Amino acid sequence: MNSPQVNPGIDTNTMSIIVTKGSLDWAYPPFILGTTAAAMGLEVTMFFTFYGLNLLMKDLSLQISSLGNPAMKMPMMGMHMGMPNIVSAIPGVDAAASKMMKNLIKKKGVASIPELRDLAVEADVRMIACQMTLDLFEYGQEDLIDGVEIGGAATYIEVATQSHINLFI
Amino acid sequence: MADQVLDAKGLNCPLPILKAKKALKSLTGGQTLEVYSTDPGSVADFAAFCRTTGNELVEQSDADGVWTYLIRKTG
Repeated sequence: MNSPQVNPGIDTNTMSIIVTKGSLDWAYPPFILGTTAAAMGLEVTMFFTFYGLNLLMKDLSLQISSLGNPAMKMPMMGMHMGMPNIVSAIPGVDAAASKMMKNLIKKKGVASIPELRDLAVEADVRMIACQMTLDLFEYGQEDLIDGVEIGGAATYIEVATQSHINLFI
Repeated sequence: MADQVLDAKGLNCPLPILKAKKALKSLTGGQTLEVYSTDPGSVADFAAFCRTTGNELVEQSDADGVWTYLIRKTG
C-alpha cells in the first residue's frame, strides 16, 4: 500500500483538518470529510480555530450569508437565483436564506450539521479547539461539546507531522 | 440472503456510507450487508469505500433509481 514517496514513519491512514469557518455552508466540507474518513478506517483529527470554533458550541445556531457570496444561487421557481449584496444587507435576509437552505438540506436527504457532528464524536474523531481563539472571543471549555481537547498551534503541528493527509478548510 | 439490510433510500452523501459503516460494525467477518441507496454518487462511493476498507463489494445492481450493494465484511 505504501508508495515509495511515503515517509515510512507515517501511517497512511491518518488525516487532519484545520477548520476555520463557522457558517452553515462551510460546516459541511470538514464534517463530511472527517466522518467519511473515519468510516473508511482513518484516524482523524480536526483542529477548530477562529470561526470554526463556532462548530463546537453546545448551542449550534448556524447561518449562511449571501453577502459577498455571488456563487450562492438557490434553486427557486425552476431556476437558480443569487442575491444582490444590497438585498443581503437587509436585516432578516440572512435568517431567511438560512431557513431556506435548512429546508433544502432536509428535503434532499442531506445530513444536518448536528447529526454529522454527533457521528464524528461517535467515530472517535479527535477534536481540538484553539486555545487562543477561545481567549480572543471569550469562550471557555464549558461552551463547547464534551470530549473536545484544548490546544494550540504546536499541538496541531505535532498532529500534522504524523498525518498523511492534512487539509485546511 | 444478506445477514443485515440497510435501507438508505432518500439519504444523500455521506450518510449511506456512514450508516453502512455502522451496520458493518455490528457484523462479524464473512457476514454480508445489503444496502439500498437512491444517491447516484453512491456507485463511485461504495466502490471506493470497499477498496479502502478491504470489505468486499460482492455485487451491485440498479433498478428504478435504487442501487443495491451487497458487501461482505472481511476479517
